[in-house]
Amino acid sequence: MKHEDRVKRREKIRNFSIIAHIDHGKSTLADRILEKTSALTQREMKEQMLDAMDLERERGITIKLNAVQLKYKANDGEEYIFHLIDTPGHVDFTYEVSRSLAACEGALLIVDAAQGIEAQTLANVYLALDNDLEILPVINKIDLPSAEPERVKQEVEDVIGLPQEDCLLASAKSGIGIEEILEAIVDKVPPPDGDPAAPLKAMIFDSLYDPYRGVIVYMKVVEGTVKPGDKVKMMATGKEFEVQELGVFTPKPDKRDELTVGDVGFMVAAIKNVGDTQVGDTVTSAENPTDEPLPGYRKLNPMVFCGLYPVDTNDYNDLREALEKLELNDASLQYEPETSQALGFGFRCGFLGLLHMEIIQERIEREFNIDLITTAPSVIYQVHLTDGELIRIDNPSNMPDAQKIEYVEEPYVKAQVMVPNDYVGAVMELCQKKRGDYLDMQYMDENRVNIIYEIPLSEIVFDFFDTLKSNTKGYASFDYEMIGYKESRLVKMDILLNAEQIDALSIIVHRDSAYQRGKIIVEKLKQLIPRQQFEVPVQASIGQKIIARSTIKAMRKNVLAKCYGGDISRKRKLLEKQKEGKKRMKSVGSVDVPQEAFMSVLSMDEGDKK
Amino acid sequence: MPKAVYIHVPFCEQICHYCDFNKFFLQNQPVDEYIELCEMEIKNTISNFPTEEVSSVYVGGGTPTSLTTDQLGRLLEWVKEYFPLAENYEWSVEVNPGSANFDKLQKMQEIGVNRLSIGAQTFDAALLKKIGRDHEPGDVEKTVQQAIEAGFTNLSIDLMMGLPEQTMEQFQETLRQVVALPIQHISAYSLKIEPKTVFYQLWSKGKLPMPGDELEADMYEELRNTLKEAGFTHYEISNFAKKGFESTHNLTYWNNEEYYGIGAGAHSYVQGVRRINHGPLPKYMNAVKQSGFPYREEHQVSKTEAMEEHMFMGLRKLDGVSYTNFYNRFGIEMRSIFSQEIDRLVNDGLLRDNGSSIQLTDHGLLLGNEVFEKFLLKEQ
Repeated sequence: MKHEDRVKRREKIRNFSIIAHIDHGKSTLADRILEKTSALTQREMKEQMLDAMDLERERGITIKLNAVQLKYKANDGEEYIFHLIDTPGHVDFTYEVSRSLAACEGALLIVDAAQGIEAQTLANVYLALDNDLEILPVINKIDLPSAEPERVKQEVEDVIGLPQEDCLLASAKSGIGIEEILEAIVDKVPPPDGDPAAPLKAMIFDSLYDPYRGVIVYMKVVEGTVKPGDKVKMMATGKEFEVQELGVFTPKPDKRDELTVGDVGFMVAAIKNVGDTQVGDTVTSAENPTDEPLPGYRKLNPMVFCGLYPVDTNDYNDLREALEKLELNDASLQYEPETSQALGFGFRCGFLGLLHMEIIQERIEREFNIDLITTAPSVIYQVHLTDGELIRIDNPSNMPDAQKIEYVEEPYVKAQVMVPNDYVGAVMELCQKKRGDYLDMQYMDENRVNIIYEIPLSEIVFDFFDTLKSNTKGYASFDYEMIGYKESRLVKMDILLNAEQIDALSIIVHRDSAYQRGKIIVEKLKQLIPRQQFEVPVQASIGQKIIARSTIKAMRKNVLAKCYGGDISRKRKLLEKQKEGKKRMKSVGSVDVPQEAFMSVLSMDEGDKK
Repeated sequence: MPKAVYIHVPFCEQICHYCDFNKFFLQNQPVDEYIELCEMEIKNTISNFPTEEVSSVYVGGGTPTSLTTDQLGRLLEWVKEYFPLAENYEWSVEVNPGSANFDKLQKMQEIGVNRLSIGAQTFDAALLKKIGRDHEPGDVEKTVQQAIEAGFTNLSIDLMMGLPEQTMEQFQETLRQVVALPIQHISAYSLKIEPKTVFYQLWSKGKLPMPGDELEADMYEELRNTLKEAGFTHYEISNFAKKGFESTHNLTYWNNEEYYGIGAGAHSYVQGVRRINHGPLPKYMNAVKQSGFPYREEHQVSKTEAMEEHMFMGLRKLDGVSYTNFYNRFGIEMRSIFSQEIDRLVNDGLLRDNGSSIQLTDHGLLLGNEVFEKFLLKEQ
């Protein structure tokens, strides 16, 4: 392609994503847009997808449908190239969302005509604004009986500041307003700028590990042009690769001779490790590199840490292999070997958030068939020692002695909870209980409130979201962002089983709630740990001081005194089951402790009795 | 070669709330045909796997006494016809105090039955009702009297403990009444809630208040003490006998010896193979009609399994497992297989080793399952 053609083509490109709260109709709208633009019927589209899946099987190309190229013939008679870029939908992945948005010039903001704006929506709107995107508000589901488009329009104006008259009215489900949306994309979303002849600058917004072809990089070309055979360099990691294949998704992978300014597509370059393709990084030419990388890249730092240990110590190497394999496709997963007196050899793993942690745990247990003990999630504490040194602790059991500590800081988040009026009390109560500091409360309209608190991250990582949902009957929507470290009066609390300190059960708690927490935890452990053949005292201590105690009574009776006659196999099964059950427990000192006990130190709720 | 026979009569006039055995409500069942097919199964079994003589026969259920005198008679006659009985044989029939009558008892006695196992369970009228039994406390003594009149001199009573809301006082009263009866043997079982029972339904909804571990353990100790004082020897976890009246049939299981199993859902252990018969009546009957044998499952017991079973069954006996016996049976020293386990359990106070055998201690009796599981060798 000639330079002028590339420039001309650039003017016809529209890159956009869809921002929406869960259930506000994002995927339905995406489907409608796909139908309208690729002039495919739904049936044909399904077929095309199936073809793509066959392809996946034959050639080992894994397809991730998060950047689709579409052709749209607009009312002005011109054909436009649309790139619809998908965004992950969870707060753990805020950074990825921001990078996906950075690949766009515009965003459709979907707001449910009955529900109005939700916290998650708002968070993404701010991300879009940060990236200078043109925001096109779409009031969806206007044909619902409960729809109040006028009220929601007003809300959009009041809360986000977008003029009411800019709101498009639609029902993706019924196909209402789709045409207008597509025209608005053409008219209002600016084409990308950037010089096709400049040194290459392409932004990575996602990547995927394919066992046959290595990492598949999803990127947007911001400046310059790239072709197969070119040598490229990842600016953050400095790694160089030779481009083997380029293409776009239509939605099936479609090879191209080049990707140039405004193009959103994929690159294959014999990259072995997703760690080499960090989201947000800039891909440039190795021979003719750009001086400045694109702004906004940052290395993703895990925020939540926990210990992962195999129940069966023989599984240690399998666990390491599992983590190595998962890391291939997940650059934000961190792990390093760790030893616990109680649990033996394992790994301290870092995650973006709690959801991320749960996903990884579940994959290890399911895909690799390893029974895991997970210790309570922890955040990174900054401990200032009396000798002036600053140490960072991601494992409570590494907390230095109290007399060596000057003060401790913990990470805080700014949490934003949006609820109907009726639940303000419930939300505030929860935030207070979670050691939150009240910041602000804004009325979105006469019925909906945006409550803002500063809360320690450690309080968020466990059950905040679940409790919030249940305390507000599911009406609350929630989002948070990190705001840095603050000093807190924190102490390490140890747990002793049978007078033996169990390092994997140590937690860091606020001094004021230590007694209360200690009491709850020892009671919880008493419920969770089955009776042993001897009496087991359960104690919580701070330093040398025991602050709470309970006792697991010795097992009195466990014998099959039932008349099974000649049914030996049944007796055998019962014994096998019993033995199997014990194998799933961890023998700590002389006490058999079930997996869930290691998470129990997080239980907050006194009423949480089984 | 098996020296014991179990015959299953899967019919009941009333289904107890805790029972998960293979049993069917009697009404409209093809009882006569079932008895005939049992005969066929006996005939085929004996011709495939002959035996010199059997020293014990046990007819259980279900409720054998739910059969009419005539039906019961036919079944028992066939047993006698096909299985050559040893000189000092033991032949037991389970008797439900509600449905036994003098005629049935006399008939059994005439044919050669010499031991009755009477399902008393408890002597508390309210509890009996709660667990779904159809007899009243007074029926037990009546049945005992009738049995003695009919000529029986070896009577056993079944008791249950750990029943819903059962108190220690109720259990003590039951024990007081049972030791006053002129009987020779007592089996005492703990209630276990099993799926597919009325109790399971209630229990899973939290509507069945159980006495709990502590009280059950206390009841067990009460049981042991009371029966010991009354002259019974505790010879197996759940079984007590006057001297010389230990049940030959039950010892077959605990000594890990072989036995025939006849009837729907019956288990057998013949020539190293454990088999389970089809449980549902139509399945059982069709299988016997079509192939002559009603096996649902067959399993060749490996040497390892046999050794495991020898241990976890044998240790149920208060006499425990003898070193010589083990060696004679398996040609290998018990210690060469289980040394570590035995030492650990002795150390934990659950086993006692007197050099010639190992036995459960008093503590071990209550924690039998903790002991038994240690003798499972193979990985799952």
